[in-house]
Parts: sequence; structure tokens; C-alpha cells
Amino acid sequence: MDWLNAIVQGMLLGGLYALFAAGLSLIFGVMRLVNIAHGDFIVLAAFLGLATTTALGVHPFVAALFVIPAMAVIGYALQRGVLNQTLGDDLLPPLLVTFGLSVIIQNALLEVYSADPQKLNAGPLEVTSIPVGGLSVGLLPLLTFGVAVMVIGGLQWMFYHTALGRAFRAVSDNQDIAQLMGLNRRHIFGLAMALALAVTALAGILLGVRTSFDPASGGARLIFGFEAVIIGGLGNLWGTLAGGIILGVAQNIGAQINPGWQLLAGHIAFLVILAVRPTGLFPRMSG
Amino acid sequence: MPEPMLQITGLNSYYGDFQALYNLNMHVDAGEVLAIIGANGAGKTTLMRSITGLLPNGPGEVTYKGDAIGALRADQIAFKGIALVPEGRQLFPSLSVEENLLIGGQTGRAGPWSLDKVFELFPILKERRSAPSTALSGGQQQMVAIGRALMSNPDLLLMDEISLGLAPVIIKTIYDALPEIVGDGMSAVIVEQDISKALSVTSRLYCLQEGRVTLEGQSKAVSRDDISRAYFGVE
Ligand SMILES: Nc1ncnc2c1ncn2[C@@H]1O[C@H](COP(=O)(O)OP(=O)(O)O)[C@@H](O)[C@H]1O
Ligand SMILES: [Mg+2]
Repeated sequence: MDWLNAIVQGMLLGGLYALFAAGLSLIFGVMRLVNIAHGDFIVLAAFLGLATTTALGVHPFVAALFVIPAMAVIGYALQRGVLNQTLGDDLLPPLLVTFGLSVIIQNALLEVYSADPQKLNAGPLEVTSIPVGGLSVGLLPLLTFGVAVMVIGGLQWMFYHTALGRAFRAVSDNQDIAQLMGLNRRHIFGLAMALALAVTALAGILLGVRTSFDPASGGARLIFGFEAVIIGGLGNLWGTLAGGIILGVAQNIGAQINPGWQLLAGHIAFLVILAVRPTGLFPRMSG
Repeated sequence: MPEPMLQITGLNSYYGDFQALYNLNMHVDAGEVLAIIGANGAGKTTLMRSITGLLPNGPGEVTYKGDAIGALRADQIAFKGIALVPEGRQLFPSLSVEENLLIGGQTGRAGPWSLDKVFELFPILKERRSAPSTALSGGQQQMVAIGRALMSNPDLLLMDEISLGLAPVIIKTIYDALPEIVGDGMSAVIVEQDISKALSVTSRLYCLQEGRVTLEGQSKAVSRDDISRAYFGVE
């Protein structure tokens, strides 16, 4: 039963990892940009959630209603103001600039909030659990997983059934020709980053409710998100969810064997899959 | 004399340090179908890229309906009603046939062309509307590329080597559709290496050679000798 429990909890944790990964995947898919600061944006969102809950005295999920649009605006402004200037044939400038952003965000948070761990308080929700066939499943992880499935499903639908999704795919395919269609790629990239950071906002709030966080927490989140994207296969959103689940399950099984092995087990699972299937489990079908 | 729809004045175009077009002057009148011919590397595609804004130019080097558009971005020019069928078709591989057409209508310009009208023009595309664009034959892809450009209801349609790499029977199908395309008074520029094809459907022509205009004339009036001189630079 312990093992079954570990697997189920790991799957639910995978939902959170998929949320970490979704924005990363979206950005890479649309503009081939690897956002090194992605994890720090997750943490920034958690701190914005903290600021909102303390200022207004509201539940973190209510705070999300402020944090999501705020992060979207930050994303659009950042893309139009900074990141668009770094995009080109060379992959290095965006890497360097987002690395710089990562340092800036961490230090700014450190300045304002110190290095003390913080936590978002979601009240009784955090300890509520539902008995499922002999297992006791936490409501919060279940909710997180549900949100992840809805976000991934929503992004997938947006990508393949809306004019915006069509524009994302067109710009990703061929920027010049997309411009000929009247699409301003700088604006489209701005919208993609806005959407990615909106998803990141949700991830940050759910992270902050689940565990404590501090200004230096971003790095590990970037790695988890990155691993989930690679395991699932670049450019496949459902694959990203599967990647998150595999990572979560591997970590929990590792922890079941020996509590110190949690992270190691996740990284080993990632490396094994990378070695066996370098393109990930579900690479995007070409065409 | 009414001012031309498109006026190109002293256009110089560059790829980095390399100059591809030299002090080019030409115009397209409203409702006119114009041919641009020239050997490989003469600068025809570069000219298309300059007109559509994919290559930046000085503002006054290209004027369209009286507006200086030389320095506008390609997406801004698209909204003004200039559409390009690019060389090599360049469909969006991630989009289905229908999506490729729909994205052509992204500008939302009003006019006679719609998804249904394009399907009427090229019925095979209706059958294959859900197929990925990569699954189509070359000829069908060219039809999508033309339909995609028409979907923006352009006032000026540029077509860059639409017969390149296609079987003669397919080329005929596509050229047979031309009168219907330009019938509504749309202006068109047809870039071709196949000279007789180009002359048969146009009223006027320019010939480019190494980035310069070497011949301008009425398609019916120019002689073969004039053309080969302008084309190859042989005296
Ligand atoms: N992207 C590019 N970078 C550098 N030079 C180019 C590029 N594209 C075309 N050229 C050069 O510009 C000249 C004109 O090319 P192009 O306009 O494609 O000719 P055409 O369409 O008439 O065959 C050629 O000498 C070609 O080598
Ligand atoms: Mg060419």
C-alpha cells in the first residue's frame, strides 16, 4: 500500500511539474527561446501571491485572480521591451539575457523579502484529504492535478482551434511568411510570453500553497520543468503532462526507497529516458 | 495621367554588404498585370521582398497608392493590400490546408475572396482541406499558396515563380485560373523564368539583370532579340 500511495502521490505531484513545464514548453515552441529565468518567475508569482494575500487578507486562490493578469502583463512587457531584441539566428543572446533576469529577480526578491522561507496559507484545504479505495488523497494535490489537466487541455485547444493558436504555429513555422499574413511577430511573441507567465502564475501560487519557498527556490523548479518537457518530447503539451507525472512518480518511488533519494531518482529517470529516447517519449509529429 | 498604384523609385536593396538591387525604377498601374523576367539571381525575389517589407528600404523608395511604404514592416504592408505568393510556396507545415488559407485572411480585408471562393477556384483544395499542407503535391501546394494570398483580398498580388518545379499540365491549370483571379480589377505582378508563359498573360514587362532594369516594354511589342539581350546581357 505504501508503494501504491507513493505512485499516486507522485502522479499528483506530476501535475504541478507539468504546470512548471507548460510555460517553458510554450515559449520554446513558439519562439525557440529557452527561458533560464522560468523558475524564478514561478517564485516571483508565489511572492506576488504572498504580497496580495497579506495586503488584502484574501485566500491565495483569490490572490491568483490578481497575480495571473499581473504576470501576463509582466510577460508581455518583458517580451516587447527586452527579449524580442535578443531573438535571432543565434541561440546564445536569449540564454544570457534570461540568465541575467534570473539573477535580477532573485536579488530583488532577496532585497524585499530576505532569504527566509515563506508560505501561502490556504487554510483547511491544505490538510483535507479524501479516502480513495484505502488510500488517503490530499485535496490540494488533487486540485493541483485537476488544474494542470485543465491548463494543458486549454492550451492544447487554444493551439489547435483558435486564431491565436494558428498564429503561434505559423510564426513558429516561418516568421517571414507569417509577417506577410499581417502577423506582427513581436506582438505574437509578446502574447506567447504573456500566456506562458499567466500559466506560471498559477504554478507559483500552487507551489506556494504546497511548500515553503524562498528567493532561491527557482532553480530547482526550472530543472523539474525542463526535465518534464524533455521527457514528454518538445512541443507536445500532453507529453509534457506525462513527463511531469513520470518525474513525480520517479521522485516519490525514490523517496519511498530512501528519503534522500527523492531528487536523485527523478534525475535518473530523466537521464534514462533521454538516453533511450533522445527526442522524448512523445515528440511532436512533424507536419 | 493617374498616378500608378505602385511606384518604385531609386530602389537599392542589400543583403548585409552585398547589394542585390541598384537604383531600380518601375511602376505598376491599377488593374495592370505586369511581368518581371530575368535569369536566376537577377534580383526578382529580392524585389518582391523589398515591396512586401521583408527587406527594409528607404521610405520613399516604394510608394503605394500615394503612401511611402518603403520603411514599413511586412505585416503593416499586408494590411494595406499587398500580398505575395512566395517563391517555393512556403506553406506553414504545422497548419492544415484550410488553416493555411484562413491565416491568409488574417488581415480581415473585405473583398470578393473567401474560403468558399478559393475552394470554387481550386476544388481539389476543398477535398483536402483537413490534410496537413505537407501532404499535398507540389501543384496543390501552389494552389494553397495562391489561395492564401487571395484570402487577404489584395489590391496588388505578387506571384514569384509560381510554375517553378511543376509539371506542364499543372502549370496550365494554374495559369488558366489567372483571368478569374485578376478579373476583379486586381493588379498583379508575375515573376517568371518561363518567358513565353509570362508574356502570354501580361500586358507589360520589365526584365532584370544583375539587379538592374535592362528592358521595359509592352509584352506584345518586345522582340525576342530585345529580350535575350536584356536577359543575358549579350550584344
Ligand atoms: N539571403 C540572401 N543573402 C545574401 N545574398 C542573397 C540572399 N538572397 C539572395 N541573395 C543574392 O541576391 C541576388 C539576387 O537574388 P534573388 O533576388 O533571389 O534572384 P532571383 O529571384 O532573380 O533568382 C543573387 O546574387 C543572390 O545570390
Ligand atoms: Mg527568385
